[in-house]
Amino acid sequence: MTEEIIIAGFGGQGVLSMGKILAYSGIMQDQEVSWMPSYGPEMRGGTANVTVILSDGPISSPIINKFDTAIILNQQSLDKFESFVKPGGVLIYDGNGITRHPERTDISVYRVDAAEEASKMESAKIFNMIVLGGYLKVKPVVKLDNVVRGLEKSLPSRHHALIPLNEKAIKRGMEIIRQMNSI
Amino acid sequence: MKELKLMKGNEAIAEAAIRAGADGYFGYPITPQSEVLEYLMAEKPHERTGMIVLQAESEIAAINMVYGGAACGRKVFTSSSSPGISLKQEGLSYIAGAELPCLVVNVVRGGPGLGTIQPAQSDYFQATKGGGHGDYRLIVLAPASVQEMADFVELGFDLAFKYRNPAMILTDGALGQMMEKVWLREHKPRMTEFPAWATTGKTPDRERNIITSLDLDSARQEEFNLKLQAKYNKMGEEEVRYEMTDCDDAEFLLVAYGTSARICQKAVQLARKKGIRAGLLRPITLFPFPKKPLKEMASRLKGILSVEMSTGQMVEDVLLAVNGQVRVEHYGRMGGIIPSPDEIADVLEHKFTGGKNYE
Amino acid sequence: MNDNLSNADIVKCENLVYKRSPVMTDNVMHYCPGCGHGTAHQIIAEVIEEMDIQAETIGITPVGCAVLMYNYLDIDMQEAAHGRAPALATAVKRLMPEKYVFTYQGDGDLAAIGTAETIHACNRGENIAIFFINNGIYGMTGGQMAPTTLPNMRSSTSPYGRDVEMMGNPLRITELVAQLPGTYYVTRQAVHTPTYVRKTKKAVRRAFENQKLKKGLSLVEIVSNCNSGWKMSPVQANKWMVDNMFPFYPPGDIKLEGKMLSKD
Repeated sequence: MTEEIIIAGFGGQGVLSMGKILAYSGIMQDQEVSWMPSYGPEMRGGTANVTVILSDGPISSPIINKFDTAIILNQQSLDKFESFVKPGGVLIYDGNGITRHPERTDISVYRVDAAEEASKMESAKIFNMIVLGGYLKVKPVVKLDNVVRGLEKSLPSRHHALIPLNEKAIKRGMEIIRQMNSI
Repeated sequence: MKELKLMKGNEAIAEAAIRAGADGYFGYPITPQSEVLEYLMAEKPHERTGMIVLQAESEIAAINMVYGGAACGRKVFTSSSSPGISLKQEGLSYIAGAELPCLVVNVVRGGPGLGTIQPAQSDYFQATKGGGHGDYRLIVLAPASVQEMADFVELGFDLAFKYRNPAMILTDGALGQMMEKVWLREHKPRMTEFPAWATTGKTPDRERNIITSLDLDSARQEEFNLKLQAKYNKMGEEEVRYEMTDCDDAEFLLVAYGTSARICQKAVQLARKKGIRAGLLRPITLFPFPKKPLKEMASRLKGILSVEMSTGQMVEDVLLAVNGQVRVEHYGRMGGIIPSPDEIADVLEHKFTGGKNYE
Repeated sequence: MNDNLSNADIVKCENLVYKRSPVMTDNVMHYCPGCGHGTAHQIIAEVIEEMDIQAETIGITPVGCAVLMYNYLDIDMQEAAHGRAPALATAVKRLMPEKYVFTYQGDGDLAAIGTAETIHACNRGENIAIFFINNGIYGMTGGQMAPTTLPNMRSSTSPYGRDVEMMGNPLRITELVAQLPGTYYVTRQAVHTPTYVRKTKKAVRRAFENQKLKKGLSLVEIVSNCNSGWKMSPVQANKWMVDNMFPFYPPGDIKLEGKMLSKD
C-alpha cells in the first residue's frame, strides 16, 4: 500500500503539524513515511502545504505532482491542487470560505466543515484534527490508536493532556464528513 | 541505544553529530539550513556529551573556528548553504592545505549570488573540483534520504580523519527540510586521545606540532602537492560509493545524486511502464566520482541521461567517465525548481526516441 | 663594549645579562635588524618559560611578517589565514579551556582584514590573549598603507602621504575594543628600550595569568617600528616612532581588571 497525500491551506491552520501527526502514525504501524513541506514551482503561492507519503515499501520520490488524496483547506489551494488528484482519487475540503467548489467528476469529493465544527467545540486548535478524522473515515490508512500514539510522539509532553481532546476531534471529523458526488 | 525518530534532514545531521561524538560545531544562520544550529542550541549538547556549539559572527569566522578546532585534533564541523559556503572557501583551502580533518555541510540553494532559498544542486563544481584556491579536493558525500543525512555525518568524520582531509556533505534544501524516519545510532563516546600531529600543547616527550599550509620553498611545495594528489588517488581506489537500481538489463541509464536520485528512482519505474528499459546509477561519493562502473556499463548502454538541479555540472564527470563510448545527455531544472518523476520519464523517452522536445 | 673584558670573561655566568629563552628555537630569525618582532617573541617565550606553561600553551600566528613565528617559538602553533587568528583561538580555547591560548597579529591582520574576528572575539570575552604588533605599515608585502598608518605618513600605497580625506583615518582599534564588555585587560606598550621591554613583559605575563581568571580577553598592543618599510635606520626609526607614533598611540594601560582608566 502506498498513499500519496497533499495537505494545503493557509499558514496557521495546522497543515504542517497535521502532516507530521499522520507521518508519525504511519511510523507507529511500521510504515515508511516522508513529509515534504512546500517546495517546487507548483507549490508556491503564499499558502502552506505538505506532501505526506505512507508506504509499506521504500519511498522513491518524496516530491510528486500527482496525489491519491488532496486535503484542501482554502480556495487558493483548491484552485491549485484540484487538477493534481489522480483519476479515481479523493479530494477532501473544508467548505468554509469556498466560493468555487470542486468540479471534477472523475474523483471522489468529500466535504468536512471542520472550521465550523471547531468553533462549536470552542477550540480553534483542534480544527486540523477534525479534518484528519474526516480523512481517516474515508481512507483508514492508519488506525486510530496509532494516531494517538503518533500524537504522543509528536507532541511535547507538556501538551499530552490535550490528547483526549484531539482524539475527540478526530472522532467528530469522522462523523461529520460527507460525500458530495458519486462516481 | 538505537532510536527511531521522524526528523528533518537538517535536524538529523545535528543529532547524528552529537551521537557521533563530535567535539564542536561553529555556524552562522542561513536558510535553508538554520535548523542545524537551532537544533544544537536547543539540545544543549554540552550537557549531553560535552560538545560545544557556538554561533559565529560570520561564515568566515565559523570555518576558521573549525580550522582551529581541527588543528587540535578535535571532531569539529560547520554547516551552511551556498552563499555561506562560498565565504568558507578560503578557510577550506587552508584546512586542506594544512591536512586537517573536518566536516562541512552544504545545504544547497539556487544561485548565483543571493539566488533563491529553494533547493538546487548548482554547487557541484565548487564542491568536487576544490572550491577555493590551489590544487585540493574535498571528500564529497551526497545523501539521498534523511537516514543518509544522519549516517554520513559519522562516515564523513571517519573519512576526514582517515585521510586528514576535509569532508563535505553536499545536500540541498529539499532533503534539509523534509522529514523521514531515521534510525539514530547509540551515542559514541567523544575521543579522549588525539592524533599525534594535534596542537594540544608541546610536552617534553615530543617535538612541537606546527599546523600550517605555508611552505615558501617551491620544491617542497611541489612535493606536497604530489603527496596530496596521491592521497586523492587513494580515495579514488578505496572510497568510491554508489548505488545501482534496475541496471542489470538497462538500455538507458539515469545518473543522479541526492534529491534528483530519489525522483529518478520513481522516473525509472514510470519509464519501465512505458516499455523503456531504464536504470539508475546514484553516485554517493561525488568525489571520488564512480567513474569505473560508468565506464564498464557504457558500451552496453544506448544512452545516459544525467539529471541534476543545475545547468549541467556532474554531466561533465559522466562524459569523462564514458569517454565517448555512449551518447550522454543532460536534463536539469534551476532556480529552486525540482523536476517531477513524470517530467524525467518523458525527457528520457523523448531525448532518446524522438518526439516532444524538452530543450 | 668594555675593553677590559676578554671573551672568556663575557661567557662567564655571572656576566650574563641576556640569554635566549629555552622556549625559543635555534632557528635564525628572518626579521630585519632593528625590528621589534624578535624582542616581542623573546618576551613571550620568557613568560611561558617563567610560568612553566610550555606544555599547555598554543599560539596562533598571523599572516604578515610574523607568519613564521612558529619557527622561533618551541611550542605548538597554528598558522591562521589572514585576519582569522582570533577565530582559531576561540575554538582552541573553547575545546581546551584549561590551556593557555594566544594570537600574535600585526596591524593589517588584526585591524583591517580581521576586524570582525578581532571585535567579536573581544566582545564575546574569549579567555585568550591577543598580542598586537602595530608598526603602522604592511611590512611583509613591502610597505603598503595599513589601517594604523598615520596621517600624512608615506607608504608604497600612500606615496604622497596618507591623505585622510581620501584614504580615511588611522584606526585606534585598541581604544575601540577597550570599550567592549568582553575585554578584561587592554594596554599599549613598546619594546624599543629596556624600560619598555620590562613593562611589556609585565603586560604579557598579566595577559597569560588573566586566562586563569576566566574574566575575558586581554589585548596587549606593542607599538613597534618597521625601519625597512619606513625607509629609516633602526635608530632613526625608533626616534621617529617615539616622536610620531606615540602621540597618536600613547603607551600605557587603557583598561585594567575590566575597568576603563580615566584619561587624566
